[in-house]
Amino acid sequence: MNIHEYQAKQIFKKYDVPTPKGIMVDSVQDAVKAAEQLGGPVWVVKAQIHAGGRGLGGGVKLAKSLEEVESLSHEILGMTLVTHQTTAEGKLVQKLYIEDGADIKEELYLSVVLDRKLEMPLIMASTEGGMNIEDVAANTPEKIITVPVDPTIGFQSFHGRELAFGLGITDKNEQKNIIRFASKLYKLYMENDAEMIEINPLVKTGTGEFIALDGKMGFDNSALGRHPDIAAMRDLSEEDPDEVEAAKYGLSYVALDGEIGCMVNGAGLAMGTMDTINHMGGTPANFLDVGGSANAETVAKGFEIILKNPNVKAIFVNIFGGIVRCDRIANGIIEATKITDVNVPVIVRLDGTNAPEAAEILKNANISNLIVGNDLGDGAAKAVAAAKGE
Amino acid sequence: MSILVNKDTKVIVQGFTGKEGTFHAEQCLTYGTQIVGGVTPNKGGQEHLGKPVFNTVSEAIKSTGATVSMIFVPPAFVGDAVMEAAEAGIELAVIITEGAPVKDMQMAKAYATKHGMKTLGPNCPGIITAEECKIGIMPGSIFKKGNVGLISKSGTLTYEGANQVCKEGFGITTAIGIGGDPIIGLSYKQLLPMFEADPETEAIVMIGEIGGDLEIQAAKLIKEQITKPVVAFIAGQTAPKGKTMGHAGAIVSGTAGTAAEKMAALEAAGVKVVVSPAEIGKAIAEVLASK
Repeated sequence: MNIHEYQAKQIFKKYDVPTPKGIMVDSVQDAVKAAEQLGGPVWVVKAQIHAGGRGLGGGVKLAKSLEEVESLSHEILGMTLVTHQTTAEGKLVQKLYIEDGADIKEELYLSVVLDRKLEMPLIMASTEGGMNIEDVAANTPEKIITVPVDPTIGFQSFHGRELAFGLGITDKNEQKNIIRFASKLYKLYMENDAEMIEINPLVKTGTGEFIALDGKMGFDNSALGRHPDIAAMRDLSEEDPDEVEAAKYGLSYVALDGEIGCMVNGAGLAMGTMDTINHMGGTPANFLDVGGSANAETVAKGFEIILKNPNVKAIFVNIFGGIVRCDRIANGIIEATKITDVNVPVIVRLDGTNAPEAAEILKNANISNLIVGNDLGDGAAKAVAAAKGE
Repeated sequence: MSILVNKDTKVIVQGFTGKEGTFHAEQCLTYGTQIVGGVTPNKGGQEHLGKPVFNTVSEAIKSTGATVSMIFVPPAFVGDAVMEAAEAGIELAVIITEGAPVKDMQMAKAYATKHGMKTLGPNCPGIITAEECKIGIMPGSIFKKGNVGLISKSGTLTYEGANQVCKEGFGITTAIGIGGDPIIGLSYKQLLPMFEADPETEAIVMIGEIGGDLEIQAAKLIKEQITKPVVAFIAGQTAPKGKTMGHAGAIVSGTAGTAAEKMAALEAAGVKVVVSPAEIGKAIAEVLASK
């Protein structure tokens, strides 16, 4: 789960990580009020969407007067922002963060991520702040410093020294400040079960302080249960409504732009099913994993979500039952045809636990547009043919 | 022969009396697995599925001599359960539970390694040595005894792959689901050499997916150490980019993590890479015929 910059900064403040003062607003009127309250003399008007590259896309602008705060808020609020991290359609800006202007001497980059290879958090830093860090990594990898932190010992002073010297910080006061900053950041990363924190840019001020000018955070969904305060920060308007609806029923759904709706158990088999359809000359309309506790209701819901997509010309149900029992899926298919108008051919391949019972249930149900797939290859081929009207 | 587990392996179940633990422990018993007891705090002294229940893993090991633990406790308690097993002297923990926090697994795996305990999973279907020992949630009936080893990140693709291998007239020595979480226990790199050393295994199926670089590490190892034929499938050739992988995380692995890159690395290592999981069985038949 990702959160907005203004929310990340609320967490930063709780951990005493320095950030400029700012106020989140959702109207131009409130933007001006916020600017008055902050006092100026310069403000930054920042679009709040879940994507990086907002500045380059025109979503972050400097205002030198209250009039400018007003005109820039008008401009940014309600705009559709396209960045290298959004889709081509972009994202609608519904919230602004009005922030005090900062005294910027240098712009750096600092992040904490999980290193899957080392199986521990990794602090990354660079002197090339404010740039697209993927470009820095590709063009000048020597400018990225990495410091892994073994969670069983936690952040030690030597980690901080590696970071400070790596960034070429020689002033003792500045060294102390960056080490303290990184130490707090690591602490909040661990205590909140974050997946990543990215500060780009991290600013060094004229007095040698370090300030988080930006803040991006993502969290481990599996740990949200023990962080109700963070779970409450979820902004559903930033997510795909169909994915959100599917998740309520334990379904994992991702829309794609093809023609064959897929309902599969297990993420690996779901991806493998998409790959097989593609390989046979068809195009998958979605990824849908019905999960380990599928029943009639969730399967019916899956059909409903798949059929909302007007591009769907056929549906391929591909189940290899381990925990999921095939008879439950079969009942779900029958249930779905009762409550949803399934007006496209449905190719069903059920194998594994209780597959013979499932075959019997489907046979007795006499559903007209149901085609049985004998195995993965056969089912995918029939689905591709059905989508082409063959 | 087989790897890691066989008919003599003594297994306890952590989370024995819960709904999932009960259902699957019963299935494992029916399969023939030597489930010798289980652990549920505050239920020690009771009997469940005809086997003794203990309050702690340590007590369970003392009374039963178990070396393997199958873990079904709820996600928030997985880290604790794994560390308890490691401390008590379990040799292999098979972690079935889905949704364990990543931070907990970092700690638990580091602790397990310190105590010399191997782990499988979390979020995996478990391990099965065909017709001998099933420790997990896979449908046992599809795994016929044979000469093919199988390693997979995905549960259902494990079943799919094994089913095809058996339908081609071959069978499975041991099949292992390693799990699809960011941090997992034993992986291709540790398991491939075990299959190489197992005299009954003649070919290996390796099923991977997008994200991370375990398959790339495996390709390197196969090139250097594995002489038995390997068939591989990587799921997610058509998966959209950036849907599950964090932005900042992409820097660490550079351009690694795509299906195309993993497939190319495996092919360069002499692996027979198939583009669809529907072709796994056929590919195994081919590599075994040309041996």
